[in-house]
Amino acid sequence: MSDTINPLTRARFPFKIQVEPRLSEPPSWFPALISFGAVIIALIIGAVLIKIAGGDPILSYIHIAKASMGDIGVLSDTLVKATPIIMTALACSVAFRMKLWNIGAEGQFIMGAFGASAVVLSHIFPETTSPWIFIPTMVLAGMLAGGIWGLIPGYLKAKFNVNEIITSLMMNYIAISWINYWIFGAWSEGGFQMSPKFPVNSWLPRLLDYAKTYKILSGLTTHLGLVFGIVAAIILWFVIFRSRWGYEIRLIGDNPSAARYAGINLTLNTVLVMFLSGALAGLGGMSEVTGMVHRLQTSPIAAGYGFTGIIVAWLSKLNPLVIIVVSILFGGLILAGREIQPSGVPKMIQGTILVCLIASDYLLRYRIRIVHSAEEA
Amino acid sequence: MEAIIVILQAGIANGTVLLFATLGEIFAERSGVMNLGVEGMMLLGAMSAYSVTIATGNPWLGLLVAMLVSGLLSQIHAYITITLKADQVVSGLALTFLGTGISLVLGEGLSKAGAVSLVPVYSVPLLSAIPILGKIFFTDQSVLVYFGFILAPLAWFYINRTRPGMHLRAVGEYPSAADALGINIFAMRYAYVFLGGMLAGLAGGTISLAISPGWFSEMTTGGQGWIAVGLVIFAQWDPFKAMFGAYIFGALNRVILDIQLPKVILGIANPFFYHTYLGFFLQMIPYAFTILVLVIGSHEANRKRMGAPAALGIPYVRGERGL
Repeated sequence: MSDTINPLTRARFPFKIQVEPRLSEPPSWFPALISFGAVIIALIIGAVLIKIAGGDPILSYIHIAKASMGDIGVLSDTLVKATPIIMTALACSVAFRMKLWNIGAEGQFIMGAFGASAVVLSHIFPETTSPWIFIPTMVLAGMLAGGIWGLIPGYLKAKFNVNEIITSLMMNYIAISWINYWIFGAWSEGGFQMSPKFPVNSWLPRLLDYAKTYKILSGLTTHLGLVFGIVAAIILWFVIFRSRWGYEIRLIGDNPSAARYAGINLTLNTVLVMFLSGALAGLGGMSEVTGMVHRLQTSPIAAGYGFTGIIVAWLSKLNPLVIIVVSILFGGLILAGREIQPSGVPKMIQGTILVCLIASDYLLRYRIRIVHSAEEA
Repeated sequence: MEAIIVILQAGIANGTVLLFATLGEIFAERSGVMNLGVEGMMLLGAMSAYSVTIATGNPWLGLLVAMLVSGLLSQIHAYITITLKADQVVSGLALTFLGTGISLVLGEGLSKAGAVSLVPVYSVPLLSAIPILGKIFFTDQSVLVYFGFILAPLAWFYINRTRPGMHLRAVGEYPSAADALGINIFAMRYAYVFLGGMLAGLAGGTISLAISPGWFSEMTTGGQGWIAVGLVIFAQWDPFKAMFGAYIFGALNRVILDIQLPKVILGIANPFFYHTYLGFFLQMIPYAFTILVLVIGSHEANRKRMGAPAALGIPYVRGERGL
């Protein structure tokens, strides 16, 4: 088609942009640079949108930085917010790795919180039971509840080839109604829409518990859940990149038909990975309800951590160790965002970041060169 | 009997929202682009329709702006998936986040905005006199509901019986062949994603200006955009089946509300009246039903060996092997 361009225009624009697929892998620092650039662009777009909505973007961003990382107290709060995100992002990353679009981490997270609460509120243990019994039981119950919630879409996908995106999302709504049923009914505290506060022995230990010995820790609410998250991330990294099963998961994700010819059981792996994904999100719900909220209540539990997890997983390129770092940044964004007006700003920025990230992937797959038109001829 | 008529009548009204969104998604998916951003586009549509109507007092202008704004939002998805050839699933999710975020920011304080002029309600002369059916379909329905009656058959006719409709199907089924015939794949996909966005915006506006007026932040749509995406699969990309599915879902939503009202039901004390927390099980039903419907739809599709447009979800690259 370039033949039809008249020579005058060609003379005026001697350069043209040429796009070609990348044949070799870009250098290893390149994806990180692109992601970083995408986030910066997203923040600029976010600023424009805040301005349109009548806010002051620069003040908003300064506020976000100060209110999330400004001193050790807010940093601790940021880590508390980051804890559930780490686990939901891990949950999403393992499923996405296999191109299973589990967007039900939110519901699995809620069910994890429910499972842990059920251990306390069913009174199978007296209130004075040692935390050494309480906490492991709740971890198991939370992971099991979340896992089952993930297993259902996984099974439907494996057995009937039902689109897991929609089923896992529908399960979110069902999970919210399910815990509402309990906190409005059997577990309601005096007619309020929340369960009674859990006994102290079932709480995850927090930094402030040690404030008597170390003064500096007073008031810091960072809890054991963060350790759970980091340990889970490290284990998951080894599973994905160093184990046979992880290799199978990656192979299925990259090339399902090759995996099938290699004799890998796709059906079984679909169910297992969805269970694992749900269990990780469930662990997050468990840690949030026992480490932070200390009672079952809809609004602080169903706060959208599952959805933030999707973005964090994608931003981290599904790498479990990177997820820890990115989760802390997003924890800060959410923490600081609570006080920003209008209140939808953090959600909007998250959405903008994800859009820019996906768009930026183009640069990883294609090379954009500016060539001199004369070269072509 | 009277109760059933009321339920069906409300079901048609509620279902119109799902119908618009589902038809829009059918158009987009028929061209080969899956757009999971329906929920976000609907929310943006609902917000802008409501907001513009408050500012101008003209619901028609509100609907028009809603359609344009949601259509524009959909073009982000179109650009990312058609031009940049990124994964449609993730991009659609991102669109939902973005649409939800923008709606929440711009819709701040809108829930307290007060009354607004709605899309008019109308009874069709003659047709409304038909016993039972007239009452269900043609009495005191919003003008938008009647528009839905017309739109679904039109969409079916367009897709199956017209030349541009055939091009649309070719683009979704076998883009390289369509390309060889001189159809502009990229322009077609952009256009149908835009149409899908406009219809999602209309669906949103139908909620906030006709069916359940007002702005209730994220609960305005409450997952209906996702149900619409599910309905597309259930309907096997067919506008008439979509119409059927949408109205059933609409009626279901109404049954759930109505069943909690009477003290006595079928001669026994109504448990949903005396124990309101049992109502949460009723609230689960539309979502559980969606899952059930998907299982049935997928099973049918497997049995009949028909289903999604063959190129659904696959970016088109000129000169590449394959579809």
